[in-house]
Amino acid sequence: MSGDASGDASGRVSENVSGGGQPRSQWPLFEVFLRGKRGLNHVHVGSLHAADATMALHHARDLYTRRNEGVSIWVVRAADITASSPEEKDPFFAPSGDKVYRHPTFYDIPDSVPHI
Amino acid sequence: MGFDTAYEAISEEEEEDPGHRWAYGTGFTDPLAGVDTSVPDGVDGADLATYCLMLGDDALIMSHRLQQWLARAPELEEETALANIALDLLGQARLLLSRAGAADGTGRGEDDYAFGRPEREFRNVRLAEIADADFAGLVARLLVFSTWRLALLARLRDLRDPVLAAVAAKGVSEITYHRDYAAQWAIRLAGGTEYSRGRMQAALAAVAPLCAELFTATGAERRLAAAGVAADPAALRPEFDAVIGQVMSAAGMTWPDRPGLAGVAGQAGRDGVHTEAMGYLLAELQSVARAHPGATW
Amino acid sequence: MTAATREAEPLAQDFEDLVAHDRRIEPRDWMPEAYRKTMIRQIAQHAHSEIIGMQPEGNWVTRAPSLRRKAILLAKIQDEAGHGLYLYSAAETLGADRADLTSRLISGAQKYSSIFNYPTLTFADVGVIGWLVDGAAICNQVPLCRSSYGPYARAMIRICKEESFHQRQGYELLMTMMRGTDAQQEMVQDATSRWWWPSLMMFGPPDADSPNTAQSMRWRIKRHTNDELRQRFVDMSVPQAEALGVTLPDPLLRWDDDRGHYDFGQPDWDEFKQVISGHGPCNAERIANRRAAHENGGWVREAAAAYAARQAAAAGQTVAGQAAAGGQAAAGGQAAAGGQEATAGTGGTA
Repeated sequence: MSGDASGDASGRVSENVSGGGQPRSQWPLFEVFLRGKRGLNHVHVGSLHAADATMALHHARDLYTRRNEGVSIWVVRAADITASSPEEKDPFFAPSGDKVYRHPTFYDIPDSVPHI
Repeated sequence: MGFDTAYEAISEEEEEDPGHRWAYGTGFTDPLAGVDTSVPDGVDGADLATYCLMLGDDALIMSHRLQQWLARAPELEEETALANIALDLLGQARLLLSRAGAADGTGRGEDDYAFGRPEREFRNVRLAEIADADFAGLVARLLVFSTWRLALLARLRDLRDPVLAAVAAKGVSEITYHRDYAAQWAIRLAGGTEYSRGRMQAALAAVAPLCAELFTATGAERRLAAAGVAADPAALRPEFDAVIGQVMSAAGMTWPDRPGLAGVAGQAGRDGVHTEAMGYLLAELQSVARAHPGATW
Repeated sequence: MTAATREAEPLAQDFEDLVAHDRRIEPRDWMPEAYRKTMIRQIAQHAHSEIIGMQPEGNWVTRAPSLRRKAILLAKIQDEAGHGLYLYSAAETLGADRADLTSRLISGAQKYSSIFNYPTLTFADVGVIGWLVDGAAICNQVPLCRSSYGPYARAMIRICKEESFHQRQGYELLMTMMRGTDAQQEMVQDATSRWWWPSLMMFGPPDADSPNTAQSMRWRIKRHTNDELRQRFVDMSVPQAEALGVTLPDPLLRWDDDRGHYDFGQPDWDEFKQVISGHGPCNAERIANRRAAHENGGWVREAAAAYAARQAAAAGQTVAGQAAAGGQAAAGGQAAAGGQEATAGTGGTA
């Protein structure tokens, strides 16, 4: 269904866009860690969406290593990561550890924010 | 530790040799530079050239169809995957087409073959040239193509022509990846939703009739197989069937029972007799090059 | 409201201090809402540009006149998909959802670089895009490697490394063509004349017409003004044009010894306004293609998600079964029953 995809005055998209519900990624977010050479440790390089862990590994190899066979890849669901960052002084975070991102859900951006 | 040293650690090798990060053949002008391209003893140069064109055209035309998926893939991550596969196959095509010119003594280059030949001189199988109805169509075609080509290249690695052997050795790891990609998607689509299962079934039905051609040997292939530089395509069938069988089993699907697509007076892709799609495909591929005869790009 | 404001004040001060000292803001830092929203919008629009940019270039892959150029262009387009993904990834660290960003692109609520609303009409356009459009992008992007937001800055470093290849390859194609046939040379000159002004527009309207620059500069989101970057681009490109042997379509272009820069004419800002408001030559087509790919791909994405869910459920059942077999039936049974009760309990709510 193509639906009516024109935004309303505030910039929020109407509910009829592709699928009938709020547009949300069906494929969960995975964080990607690479180790380029022996002797170094895995480093966080970014994220991607995949339906499952096997697909995530394939995608990570395509996207973050350009098929360099020698690189070791870890993929972890973002939702499975527990994070604690003592320097980030936010009273709304659970001190014992929290999700890796503050707002892991759908985020509303009003049209009134100017683009650079 | 500065925030950019992490990337340096990963990309160091790439920076030392910028050509390395591209698919083989994009970094330099002559893909066969420094490689001994002489024809092995007891092998007919014209036959060897024909064989290189067969395998090269398969890769070139398959890559073309994959390129047509750019900006149309079902998810952005699939864009990078498909572009990767297209680039791998293009790299293999370049090496094989270059080798043809060295083998037949004409000294023609990769571009002479790609842009200068008429349709009747293209030797790809018809499987490579058909358009995909949808993503399931692409998956089915890629599954068959990769499974067949992998079986073929794996044998070429151990045969007598050093160039084909080298191309095959590199190609094996690439095609293993392509086959795995296609197999995973076939299983996902077969086991996903009712709709995707239906699409996958239709895709298999469209592709099944084009398989017989893959295992039909031409005169040149038989002669070259006897001389130890080519693989007899008929010998690939058992491995192909076994692998496809595994994928079908994992997908919970049955390979469609369809008769092979007939040729025309017994001739098909390997003889330069193609489907109606091929004319349009080559018109697109060759149009700019032919508009500027003799130009260097 | 007041309590939250009082709590926010020291956090706001910490934020301002980090930025003032050129330190990076990371995903879990407190940040002003306006900073977060501006950052999401900027990163998302940058990502959209990379993805939309695949189209004008993809237009020429199948027709590339040599296999080497085909491979180079294909690799470049693959890079652009990758860049878009790195950037969406950075936007998601701020709480955005990629499907949502995609729908905003398709609806027009979020923009992409206006340059891609121009058509690529010849193969020379491919080279000129590499030379001028990627050149302008590099001018914009190198400063962003020091953007205050950590994930964005890191994505930009990776992107800038790859983009410099692209510019060099575009320029090299043009050099080859300028040493070629008359038709090739005319093609390059024609493409240059069509892409020069839109490339200047990539830096946005003149500073006098950009009211939001000051805040973005303070937050180190933006590190140079539009006019500063535009001047830098002109100064870089004029000698490159001379080396190629093409004429830039600006009669006012000349070196000014006093300023130490090139003087140049102004782009047609009316055309710019037309293009960014949706009436450029290719706007409708670019969005329609993106929408078609996204919608046609829906059943595929859904199938993959459904398959993964089924696999996960089967794995969960296997584990529960193993636990039961291992003599922990009571715990497994209670957990299952508890789960069912919980579901039943909340089943009535919307």
